[in-house]
Amino acid sequence: MSARSSAMVFLLGVLLFGSSSSLFAAESGADLYKTYCWQCHGKSGDGMGVNVRDMSVQPRDHTDSKEMASRSDDDLFKAIKEGGQAISKSVLMPPWGRSLSDEDIWAVVRYLRELCQCQYGSS
Amino acid sequence: MIKGVIKIRELSGLPARFVWLGLLLVLPQLVLAQSAESLLKEQCSTCHNLTGPAPDTVAALWLRKGPDLFYAGNKYKQDWMVEWLQSPQRIRPAGMFYVDHIKVSPDGDVVDKGSLKDHVKLDSDQARLVATYLMTLKARSEMITAGDYKPGNISPSMGEMMFDKFRGCMACHEIEPGYGGASGPEVYTVAKRLQEDYMISFLRNPPAWDPQTFMPNKHLKEKDLQKFVHYFKVLSEMKF
Repeated sequence: MSARSSAMVFLLGVLLFGSSSSLFAAESGADLYKTYCWQCHGKSGDGMGVNVRDMSVQPRDHTDSKEMASRSDDDLFKAIKEGGQAISKSVLMPPWGRSLSDEDIWAVVRYLRELCQCQYGSS
Repeated sequence: MIKGVIKIRELSGLPARFVWLGLLLVLPQLVLAQSAESLLKEQCSTCHNLTGPAPDTVAALWLRKGPDLFYAGNKYKQDWMVEWLQSPQRIRPAGMFYVDHIKVSPDGDVVDKGSLKDHVKLDSDQARLVATYLMTLKARSEMITAGDYKPGNISPSMGEMMFDKFRGCMACHEIEPGYGGASGPEVYTVAKRLQEDYMISFLRNPPAWDPQTFMPNKHLKEKDLQKFVHYFKVLSEMKF
């Protein structure tokens, strides 16, 4: 095999396998939600977490299917990654983009859809 | 000739005396360090990680029962450790990992106080021994810049405005006893507990210190990092 073909195979390997880890979340959405989101959104996901007592704004109730159906998956992703202010919501929702990979955040978004039992645009 | 012999004996005797003197001075320190290490291994290592690394998965995070101590010498103030180890007070209202200590109630999740355990108490000699040893644990020194924190002032009201309204940190941290969030450590005592340069470094990027921490990186500006620590120092001088 020539040096050029070897380089091509290596490059292909990097593209296929190097990026494959980024196709899958390292953690499950449920585990991530429990670890990072329960503190404010609650064990039941109803926005009644242990931190809520002195908050000026109630965290989102993720079991509210009507409200959650009004948010697109992209909006939910953006709010988690960049914080509430990125979608004109509360500063109390912090940005998790330095703690969670994009794939982990998508896993949380999918878990949110399980919690609300809804999809964007569904009534 | 005789004078020469005496000189040689004096010269050869001097280093020997120094060696003995050195040993006498160093040995107690070595014994103390060893006993502190044994004490930590026996009484502390079940809950505290003394060697690193920090948890790198959420499952590993769930198993953590107390703060990692493998960089204690870069994090804590020694005097505070000596005092606290003799009279430990809860720093995190919902325990080390809040998930283990909350329960659902009609008013939302609350701290399950019965699930919280008190920290072991040490006597004054043990506390000094352990604190001295912990100050030698200096992993991640490259993340600390001596003098990073520049002393300054901030009014309590401006500090609270920044901490709560502008940055939303009060969601997880109490700024006075019983006021603020429960999942994170109280901040009204943080300046007594932690070294200022460590606070600057940690606030700059919490996951860099602790990859799975449930404290996010809030992208604070450098001048805000300083203001936060000014505020913590103001809080630490208040009487609640």
